[in-house]
Amino acid sequence: MDDVTNQALAGGFQDAPCEAARAFRAILDAMARPGRIHPVTGVRPPAPLSVAAGTVLLVLADGTTPVHLAGACDTPQLRQWLTFHTGAPIVRREEAAFAVGRWAELMPLESYRIGVPDYPDRSATLIVELDALADTGARLTGPGIRTEHRLDLPETSALRANAALFPLGVDFIFTAGGRLAALPRTTCVEDA
Amino acid sequence: MTQSDQYNFAYLDEQTKRMIRRALLKALAVPGYQVPFASREMPMPYGWGTGGVQVSAAVLTPEDRLKVIDQGADDTTNAVSIRKFFEKTARVETTGHTVEATVIQTRHRIPEEPLGEGQILVYQVPIPEPLRFLEPRETETRKMHALEEYGLMHVKLYEDIARHGEIATAYAYPVKVEGRYVMDPSPIPKFDNPKMEMAAIQLFGAGREQRIYAVPPYSRVESLDFEDHPFCASKADHPCALCGALDSYLDEVIMDDDGGRMFVCSDTDYCAARQAAGHLGAMAASDGQEERR
Repeated sequence: MDDVTNQALAGGFQDAPCEAARAFRAILDAMARPGRIHPVTGVRPPAPLSVAAGTVLLVLADGTTPVHLAGACDTPQLRQWLTFHTGAPIVRREEAAFAVGRWAELMPLESYRIGVPDYPDRSATLIVELDALADTGARLTGPGIRTEHRLDLPETSALRANAALFPLGVDFIFTAGGRLAALPRTTCVEDA
Repeated sequence: MTQSDQYNFAYLDEQTKRMIRRALLKALAVPGYQVPFASREMPMPYGWGTGGVQVSAAVLTPEDRLKVIDQGADDTTNAVSIRKFFEKTARVETTGHTVEATVIQTRHRIPEEPLGEGQILVYQVPIPEPLRFLEPRETETRKMHALEEYGLMHVKLYEDIARHGEIATAYAYPVKVEGRYVMDPSPIPKFDNPKMEMAAIQLFGAGREQRIYAVPPYSRVESLDFEDHPFCASKADHPCALCGALDSYLDEVIMDDDGGRMFVCSDTDYCAARQAAGHLGAMAASDGQEERR
């Protein structure tokens, strides 16, 4: 096997049922409590994807969920790796169930599926790669938050515009290294 | 590593769990909205909690401690068989104690003990659509939710008042989540409705009807009512005959053919804990032994 093939085959879960279950619980709790930061492990994706973003994709993506690789994420290595481990079709952003990349590369939000009034669940989930996650910065309130949470976000106006679409809109999972936090469309975001 | 002579962790295959997990995340993102999912055949009949079982299977980790209740009790058929199912297929620890559990699957009750942040409550739901008995067509109810057209539900509650002098709905009392979606809380007694504003994550699974929905922690959950007929979380006006509790939901138990009856806590763990702490009701065993559990 050449190196590229080797890299595509490596880096998945060692014990998929249990490791994916633990990772999903972190993602579930993150989505239920917006802004709360959770560690996840188990997956070693090829660069430039973070451990957390790779884990989210392997937990949630499969042949039925088109994935969009934005900007620098769209490498042959990553395409091969994702195809081998999940079977997810790689698509344009307009068709994606999941999109992964850095904030600037993922913009503008208007191009993603936001669901339809009868089926608001048919919307994209954006996996946003950040340099770091910190529980300082923008003030988050809404369902899942007792009083307020804080999360350092790349931008707030686009997130507010997305929240205004409720019950439609996209949902976000922010990832950095081996950690993630989520921001569903219900969260009210205010500048610090 | 999974071996060929064993079940996959928590019974369901990974592809199915991914599908359910995606539905759960969207359900949390749109609180109270019913997400369609491809419900699987489970090794138990529809109506026995197949929706709740599939949701539990998708959220369980090997480290979890599972509690299963059926109308508040840990020791009834449905609860015992689901607990055994997960002991066998997920090899998770199980418990009867609410405070020790990390995942609680429930049929038609919310435990009396307030739930905390580390806990998930999974409801078994028979009919997830609160508007179904008012409008049988799924295409119509879906449109009604999309347009936030809930007038029909208020007409139904109003007709209750016109006919009975009060809102006669005593269980599966409709709620509005975060001011947007009207949701069926599953057939819990309306006594439990106020508890739905809680610190734990609430997930709802309807297997036969193929719907999943959720209420994130600390979400606003309002029981529908009228200004002049406010919602009232009622219960039988008695103390528990075994533990003397005045604040818990009670089951009426018929004792004999002569109309003899007793009222006991529906939540067996709550009742047993109170008895163990020395609280005794009028009909408690005189030697202080626990009779029910």
